[in-house]
Amino acid sequence: MDTRGNGLGFSRKICWAKARRIFETYSLAKASGNLLKTEKFQNSRNRALLIGGGLIALLLIVLAGAAMLGAERLPLFDLNEQQRSILYDIRLPRILLGACVGASLAVAGAGLQSLLRNPLAEPYLLGVSNGAALGTMLAFVFFQSLEVTRPLLAFAGAGLATVAVYRMAKSRAGMNVERLVLSGVIVTTFLSSVIVMLTTLLDAAKLRSFTFWLLGDLSQATRNGVYLSLGAVIVGTVVLTSQARALNLMMVGERDAFDFGVEVGRVRMLVFGASSLVVGAAVAASGSVGYVGLIVPHLVRLTVGSDNRLVVPFSAVAGAIFVVFADTIARTAIAPRELPVGAVTALIGAPMFIYLLRRN
Amino acid sequence: MLEIRDITVKYGEYEVLLDVSLRLSGGEVIALLGANGAGKTTLIRSLNGTLPLAGGGIELDGRGLDSMSRGEIAANIAVVAQENETRFPVSVLQFVLSGRFVHGGACGWESRDDLQFAEKALAECDLAGYETRLMNHLSGGERQRVVLARAIATNARILLLDEPTANLDLAHQAMMFKLVRKRCLESAASAIVITHDLNLAAEFADEIVMLKNGRIVAKGTPAEVLTTENVEKVFGVRVLLDRNPASGNVRVTNVFEEF
Repeated sequence: MDTRGNGLGFSRKICWAKARRIFETYSLAKASGNLLKTEKFQNSRNRALLIGGGLIALLLIVLAGAAMLGAERLPLFDLNEQQRSILYDIRLPRILLGACVGASLAVAGAGLQSLLRNPLAEPYLLGVSNGAALGTMLAFVFFQSLEVTRPLLAFAGAGLATVAVYRMAKSRAGMNVERLVLSGVIVTTFLSSVIVMLTTLLDAAKLRSFTFWLLGDLSQATRNGVYLSLGAVIVGTVVLTSQARALNLMMVGERDAFDFGVEVGRVRMLVFGASSLVVGAAVAASGSVGYVGLIVPHLVRLTVGSDNRLVVPFSAVAGAIFVVFADTIARTAIAPRELPVGAVTALIGAPMFIYLLRRN
Repeated sequence: MLEIRDITVKYGEYEVLLDVSLRLSGGEVIALLGANGAGKTTLIRSLNGTLPLAGGGIELDGRGLDSMSRGEIAANIAVVAQENETRFPVSVLQFVLSGRFVHGGACGWESRDDLQFAEKALAECDLAGYETRLMNHLSGGERQRVVLARAIATNARILLLDEPTANLDLAHQAMMFKLVRKRCLESAASAIVITHDLNLAAEFADEIVMLKNGRIVAKGTPAEVLTTENVEKVFGVRVLLDRNPASGNVRVTNVFEEF
């Protein structure tokens, strides 16, 4: 249709011009001009709100898409009995669990990175995920009848691994990137070998499902698992966001933070505690999904800058989007068979890690 | 305002500071001089409660520093430390605003006041227009001025500055000292400045304190303290003293013997 000359096209043109103007005002290029005036500062907050709204909208779209796609394609409306059962009993728990796991890992990554002043800190690379995995495994092997022991021991394992890595990485001269990554590798490999030793206690059928779980697998999603993860991620995100302003100082330097009134020890405890909680819950439900905590906060920082009051909550939403997206690929790429979601995230994450390491 | 009584600080068994006493009154600028390792930074660090004291005490307006919370101390005492680097893309405005931590507005967001203090501090440090520049893209001297701006934005009554002029060019060295001086005159703030520039200290300080091996060697007005004997005792070099023809203050010139 030729839109020139008719009223509809004209108003559309105006809309475009308006949209472009709004985009230009909010775009990064403009923001790097002069922010001195208070109203401009207000604009950068509006821009942050806009991005936040966009992320939530994107999450809803991805959730809806993921609900429809799969071994069995589902329509968005008018489901029959069987389709309904697939949606509510199988697909929805899995998708929602994926969202919780993604949010958990991303938010933990964002918090740990700022606390440890290191953009490469990540629950999986630091061995926190493996600590939780070992805890889950112990519960799996020794307290099989009690479902609550899995997340509890996962939380304990995550906490212990975090403290161990922190103590190893911290020397009198402070903490550098290499030392932290190395400590993470040592803790990870040590815990892996303990996990492997424990797998010898399992029979063949269990071993297969356990190996899948270890790589990061959402196919065992249950409603209880979703509730638990959702609770943990809400608490964790609220705690981490409440410490975001202190983390803004901590990411520059612990001593700086102390000088400007931050109770450094308390913030460290809260951040370690909250990230162990969310990682514990995520790993107990879905195994070790790697690299989410690395990629997601990094991309968020590229978009909104490094202010943790934005980075932490936005990472939660973006992490949910990322894992639901990755899991949809895992479910559909070689359907009717499935990939573990951890394999998909690692496939994207490992090259990214190398890129970041080189850039540092 | 700040009363330091016989403080001793130890690293292990080694006494870095021994029985140091000092009084900082409103409007006063004290310059802290001494050779490397004399305990200057240790003294500054202990004044805001970072380092535990092995003896003596510090009082702020008659209240012991050890009975105050981190927030209370930070609201009164701001520190300009030797610089720090971050791997995160922190903008200059964000960095300066982070200094307003203890004044947090609603929900942890800065209030209009916070923003105004930050903008004023940036302008005073000759950094207007730098707001959105990233810290890791600045030169050492520019970064140092941002660190100073962050301390000034806190509006704290006491400034502790650890070699604030180390990376600054000639013009910004003078700017730094003038700025500190002006704040002290106008708002009855006070400052302790570590510097290695004896002439800047002579121009801008009300009082000079010389440290050697953790002990105070000399204390008084620039004219009283900056003597050939004191400088030789503290730094081990021979100097000539005369007057700055422009200001009439003491001027120290290194003789550079045995070249």
